[in-house]
Amino acid sequence: MANLVLDNKLIASCRASAKRIAGPIEKLINDHTTISIERAALRLIGVEGALEQTNSQFFPEANIIVDNLKKADVLQQGVLYWFVNGMIQKKMAISELAAAVARNKIDLLKLREGSFAEISSKANEVCKEAVKKLREVRQQRDVIRDETGDTFDPEGRNGPLIYVIVATGNIYDDVTQARAAAQAGADAIAVIRSTAQSLLDYIPHGATTQGFGGTYATQENFRVMRKALDEESGRLHRYIRLTNYCSGLCMPEIAALGALERLDFLLNDAMYGILFRDINMKRTLIDQHFSRKIIALARIVIHTGEDNYLTTADAIKNGHQVLASQFINECLAINAGMSEEFLGLGHAQEMNPEHPDVFLLEIARAQMTRDIFPRSPIKFMPPTRYKCGDIFYSHLMDAMFNFVGVLTGQTIQLLGMPTEAMHTPLLQDRWMSIKNAKYIFNGAKGLGKEICFKENGVINEWARKVLSDTAALLAIIEEKGLFKAIEEKAFAEISRLETGGKGLDGVIKKHANYMNPFTELLNE
Amino acid sequence: MNKTAIKINKLKSYGDRVDDGTVQLSFTLPVEPSPEAAEAARLLTQKMGFDEIKIATMEKAADGFSFFVIYANSKYSVDFSKIKVVKVEAKKRSRQEIDEIIENEIGRKLVILGACTGFDAHTVGIDAIINMKGFAGDYGLERYHWIDARNLGAQVQNEELLRMAVLEKADAVLVSKVVTQHNIHISDMKDLIRNAEKMGLKNKVMFICGGPRISHPLALECGFDAGFGAGTKPSEVASYIVEEVIKRMRSK
Repeated sequence: MANLVLDNKLIASCRASAKRIAGPIEKLINDHTTISIERAALRLIGVEGALEQTNSQFFPEANIIVDNLKKADVLQQGVLYWFVNGMIQKKMAISELAAAVARNKIDLLKLREGSFAEISSKANEVCKEAVKKLREVRQQRDVIRDETGDTFDPEGRNGPLIYVIVATGNIYDDVTQARAAAQAGADAIAVIRSTAQSLLDYIPHGATTQGFGGTYATQENFRVMRKALDEESGRLHRYIRLTNYCSGLCMPEIAALGALERLDFLLNDAMYGILFRDINMKRTLIDQHFSRKIIALARIVIHTGEDNYLTTADAIKNGHQVLASQFINECLAINAGMSEEFLGLGHAQEMNPEHPDVFLLEIARAQMTRDIFPRSPIKFMPPTRYKCGDIFYSHLMDAMFNFVGVLTGQTIQLLGMPTEAMHTPLLQDRWMSIKNAKYIFNGAKGLGKEICFKENGVINEWARKVLSDTAALLAIIEEKGLFKAIEEKAFAEISRLETGGKGLDGVIKKHANYMNPFTELLNE
Repeated sequence: MNKTAIKINKLKSYGDRVDDGTVQLSFTLPVEPSPEAAEAARLLTQKMGFDEIKIATMEKAADGFSFFVIYANSKYSVDFSKIKVVKVEAKKRSRQEIDEIIENEIGRKLVILGACTGFDAHTVGIDAIINMKGFAGDYGLERYHWIDARNLGAQVQNEELLRMAVLEKADAVLVSKVVTQHNIHISDMKDLIRNAEKMGLKNKVMFICGGPRISHPLALECGFDAGFGAGTKPSEVASYIVEEVIKRMRSK
């Protein structure tokens, strides 16, 4: 690869800085749980039912059980303490008890309480069984990947993986579009969620056919799409990855469902919800940790959301914010038990296309991301900000984006669409984009190995500037603390308050006897 | 090109000869590529009113789907001299001119609130109009000395936006709509105006919408005062607001 000449000491000092930034957050994480973590624990042990409401929508049993314990002010002991005690006292199986509690047929607080040791031992047993299941899912995935001759390489040596989105709002139409994309050459399919699902504090239930700008993430929708992609993988002899969005108020639960339903990729970022969805900082940081513990065990690759910084703030001026955030995301993910080869650090090609020598700057940013995180599967996001209805120019922008991607060894390339900024992609939009990418990824595959960048040329100089700006930004964040720094617009020109945003009331301080065996069992 | 040869009252699309009526089309048919699929594409194109149909390519986009690129000629024409378009009528002014007009003719800061409403989470448009940096070299409304502009961000509910408009005594409310599936943008916009009318705000506050699928006629249809499409610059919006505020002051 044509690597850049970067100061390795400065890179190491950025990592050390990120570690110190993450330090105080560790305590916050250890001392608290959230309603979504508690619901995720229930989902992991197999609580997946829902109750039909008067508006014919379904509300999950996990929410009803957790909400009732929260109302009674006993959730600080952990939902599993009460639920597993219920299993012991009523001698009922998990799904049976969940259904009865959610329908008010059993009140968990009115049952005799077993000894802590008895409940703890049973809870351990139940959670061990759940973790065993997650391991089986993981093994099943390894088998399918082997059978289909999967060639995914986190370091990007096999050229960028082709990743496209489907977003019809109807899971069955999504399946048609996803199959077509796979047949055209896509390696990964992301099912975009219905707009604002991230702000729902519950996961909708069942197969859904009505969404806005995307399709609801539900356990059943995950299953429907996974099954279709398994079939395509078998037919095409190429493993097709499934992606969804593990962000928002239900982050830990989506991680649980992603692990159970054998997803391959999850978009998961430690700060995205805070900045772009105005979700409370504490809630988000506590949730991301538990989510990533599940994701680590499930061996799902996460994609971080730094590309978003560049759609909000200027992409030329704010490269250092992306890199600083990548260092912080990396550190928080490693703290949750993940390893580098599962960290799809995100960035984007969003600079003004009319800027002089813009590709030199884009190449510098893409190459430095590759070089600074050599073992991670870098996720490269396409131009969106400067796109308009001129689909022909747009297609050309995407071609140049694909060229930069293959040249600089990006791992996961989210393809741009000619109709970006117009509508969710049509079948032919995706087909055109995939044809574009295949042409360029094939034709320029070895180019990065043939060339080198002038040591004091524009590309190296720009990369060094961004790296030194990053170190300076991390030093400021470290001095102020992450919360204060976010308040003062360290990222994406957005300010958020520690006590502001949605979901703070779902953060609960753990009792000394808090029970959640997953905290230990998810560690490997 | 010989300009005089163009018949303005019988305007046709143009490729390389006046009145050739050339159009480029592309679409997908949900059938496998085959000679029959090509014939189906040709017949469909014919039914759309085209002739001299040339199928440039028929590609297999996926199992059971064929994609076509077609060139054809249209026999239809329009009378360009009779075309009337409802559009925002305001003289385009610079930021400096607008600031001066507000200072001299209105004498107080204009209060402008902006938001992406409903479940819409796409703030690129409203950010471009309101935030300091603006769009395409045209500074955002926050930068104007005589405008007090506030960007309320994404997913602001209509009730909240109206409550803020009352609280801040807004002169204008800017609504950005990007997501248009199932025409959610239209129902959200109409709902906002219905509520504004109930609260007696409709004539006190100017309601303006914007977004890639928004047009001025659509805005009027939804009860808004004006609508702006993709590529609109902050100064264009400000020019309209200033002119309209002055017009309303004078008519009182």
